Amino acid sequence: MTPAFLILAAIAVAGTAAAMALRNPIHCILALTAGLTGIAALYLQLGAQFAGLTQLMVYVGAVAILAVFAIMMTHRPSSTQRETYSLTGPAIAAALFAVLAWAICHTTTSAQPLPPEPSATVQQIGDALMHHFVLPLEIIGLLLTAALIGAVVIAMDPTKDQSKEPQ
Amino acid sequence: MTLPLDQLFVLTKQHLLAHIPTPAQPIASAILSVTPILIAFPLLFAITTLLERKGLGRIQNRYGPNRTGPLGLWQPIADGIKSLTKEDIVPHTADHAVHLLAPILIAAASFLGYAVLPIGRNMTLLNLNAGVLYFFAVGSLVELAVFMAGWSSRSKYSLLGAMRAIAQMISYEVPLVLASVSVIMQSGSLSTVSIVEQQATYTGIFPHWNIFTPWGILGFALFMVAACAESNRSPFDLPEGESEIIAGYYIEYSGFKFALFFLGEYLGMFATSGMAITLFLGGWSAPLSFLTFIPSYLWFFLKLLVLIAGFIWVRGTLPRLRMDQLMSLAWQFILPLAILNIFVVGVWRFLPSGILRWLICTILIIIPFTFLSRTLKKIKKFQTRTYAFVEYPITSTASPLCNTVLTAPIANSPEPQQP
Amino acid sequence: MIGNGILRGLTETARNFFGSYTKKERLTTIQYPEERLPQIEATRDFPFLVYDGPDWHEGMRCVACQICEKECPPKCIVIEKSKDKKPDAVGKPQFYPAIFNIDISVCMSCQICVEVCPFDAIKMDVEYDLPTDDRFTGLLFDKQRLSKSNTYYNQIHPTEAAAVDTALAEERAKAEAKAKAAAEAAAAKSAAPPQAAAQPAPQPISGETK
Repeated sequence: MTPAFLILAAIAVAGTAAAMALRNPIHCILALTAGLTGIAALYLQLGAQFAGLTQLMVYVGAVAILAVFAIMMTHRPSSTQRETYSLTGPAIAAALFAVLAWAICHTTTSAQPLPPEPSATVQQIGDALMHHFVLPLEIIGLLLTAALIGAVVIAMDPTKDQSKEPQ
Repeated sequence: MTLPLDQLFVLTKQHLLAHIPTPAQPIASAILSVTPILIAFPLLFAITTLLERKGLGRIQNRYGPNRTGPLGLWQPIADGIKSLTKEDIVPHTADHAVHLLAPILIAAASFLGYAVLPIGRNMTLLNLNAGVLYFFAVGSLVELAVFMAGWSSRSKYSLLGAMRAIAQMISYEVPLVLASVSVIMQSGSLSTVSIVEQQATYTGIFPHWNIFTPWGILGFALFMVAACAESNRSPFDLPEGESEIIAGYYIEYSGFKFALFFLGEYLGMFATSGMAITLFLGGWSAPLSFLTFIPSYLWFFLKLLVLIAGFIWVRGTLPRLRMDQLMSLAWQFILPLAILNIFVVGVWRFLPSGILRWLICTILIIIPFTFLSRTLKKIKKFQTRTYAFVEYPITSTASPLCNTVLTAPIANSPEPQQP
Repeated sequence: MIGNGILRGLTETARNFFGSYTKKERLTTIQYPEERLPQIEATRDFPFLVYDGPDWHEGMRCVACQICEKECPPKCIVIEKSKDKKPDAVGKPQFYPAIFNIDISVCMSCQICVEVCPFDAIKMDVEYDLPTDDRFTGLLFDKQRLSKSNTYYNQIHPTEAAAVDTALAEERAKAEAKAKAAAEAAAAKSAAPPQAAAQPAPQPISGETK
């Protein structure tokens, strides 16, 4: 429970909690981005450089941008009316939290000593991807290519042959 | 060869750290390492604004600013005072929190990229194993800040500018990363320090810089074009051109916040130039082996100044690219060449060193480049303007003298208008 | 091929950049206020009153005929005639302006006052550097401020001034000749008073100036 971990965990929790609680969708996305950045920082603090930086690059650089584009294109300023809160939501959440906390505390009493932390340098990840996991890598690549082509086809102009050559 | 002048800053920091009690030493070390970056690069920003105005002036056959101080040297100070004392106007319907956070985020994110640049021998702030990856990850924070600026201003022009800017930045981020992948393949490591150290060796008097290879030249050119577009600089400054959309996504910002945006843009330019120097131009190493007595940080800043001069030169020369021209350049020209570059690096690594691999790789680059550029030029033809909501063909308004419909007739009107 | 047009453009701008240091005529900027653009002779800015000789009040050519005041389109000239007379440019006693004000914030430099002046008294100046921080009277020029010498006029408009000087010299000569003839006639008249009493023939009037 180092101070660094506490601060980063606070950022991650506050960000994601704000993402659920805020009313404006853009504020939600930005709060979520802050939470994801906190998680990436936690990865970096644990020494998983590749995971942390890829989390930053993919989630903040791509997913968040995608989400803001989606909201930007489709957002209509809605009326701000207060929703009526009932007690069932918080009650279920509290019950779930109690069960999980009991389970975790119960198991840690008989915890074994932690195994030495695995080192996952980029070199090793690359080696694993190219040797052991090459088939999943290629299939994922094919899937992404299909998604890209599908996106281009959906976004293409259907009336493409309207342009005539000037006589 | 670690001359004391070369290691001046490192030795100063170690000397200062010895005077600080041990528990506080990590924090003090971090502060002592970060402070020179926080001082040097904004100073360089101030100098660059002046150099840009004077350089552009000379290119355009006029003097730059020469009234404030001798040769206009106090102009950046005057600009700073002006931007600090201007009234901070926020639109009434703007999102105040996001409006305030956007320039702060852009300045902070731009500073984060300098942590992995090797500015001198042993002078990297963070020697990460995945330094290059860190650099590009942090660079994507800037796009988010641009969106925040454009959205929070609640103005059509700023939203339009922000959409264009983000589209441009995402499109050019792909060739930027792919151009650096070729260097990573060649050096086998993502750490910026080891990339520079591999380039700092000499055969005879010539260094092993990556730019002195066929794939290095192409990669450097692609990287610089993508860097120009990433920092929204002319000729890619459509989202912020003054005659286009009147400053685009930061149209509603005034005073110090505008200065922060300006600072963030220029710092982004310096950071990507610094990365280009690290990847292709050998970082802090001297160009000829007998020039290593000049300190390493001086070489880094000299190369940085040369690249900045190149940016200014290009800004003064080329007209602005339109949005669709910009995007088609990224996806149809720069991206295929970046992928080709990766392929050429692979070929380069597997061939034995000598004149043969130079020849093969050069031909492998030049032929597709020529074919691609010629094909792209040929398929571009000027099309007749067509408008939505108009029924084609229009029979009665087209006169035999005009070959295209120059004015769109009003849709659903009973009789056509005479041109 | 993509690139060669860009390279040609870059060499052109590089030539501009280095040429601006080596060849001074590339930079066409005039560094105002240290350097000024040369003015042509027919430059006109605001009117001024011409005076001959050393004293601005005695040598003022203006006779307060008020033609320029009436002809001025925006009515920026204000003239008040004096009560007494003084000799004008050709020596004839004429009225002179007690007050002659021009408001140069109203003046539109149309030169009509110059064109209609029969006495070549008001001409156009070439001074344009006239800012002032006095909001009320800074741009209202009075008689003394407007008076400038004939030598100054010769400096700023040489050909015009030469023509005006020749014409004025002719008139002065004619006026002097007429005065001399009148003096001779008066002397002849006074020299022969007995014959003059019985002579009914009228003397011809000579040398009337038109």
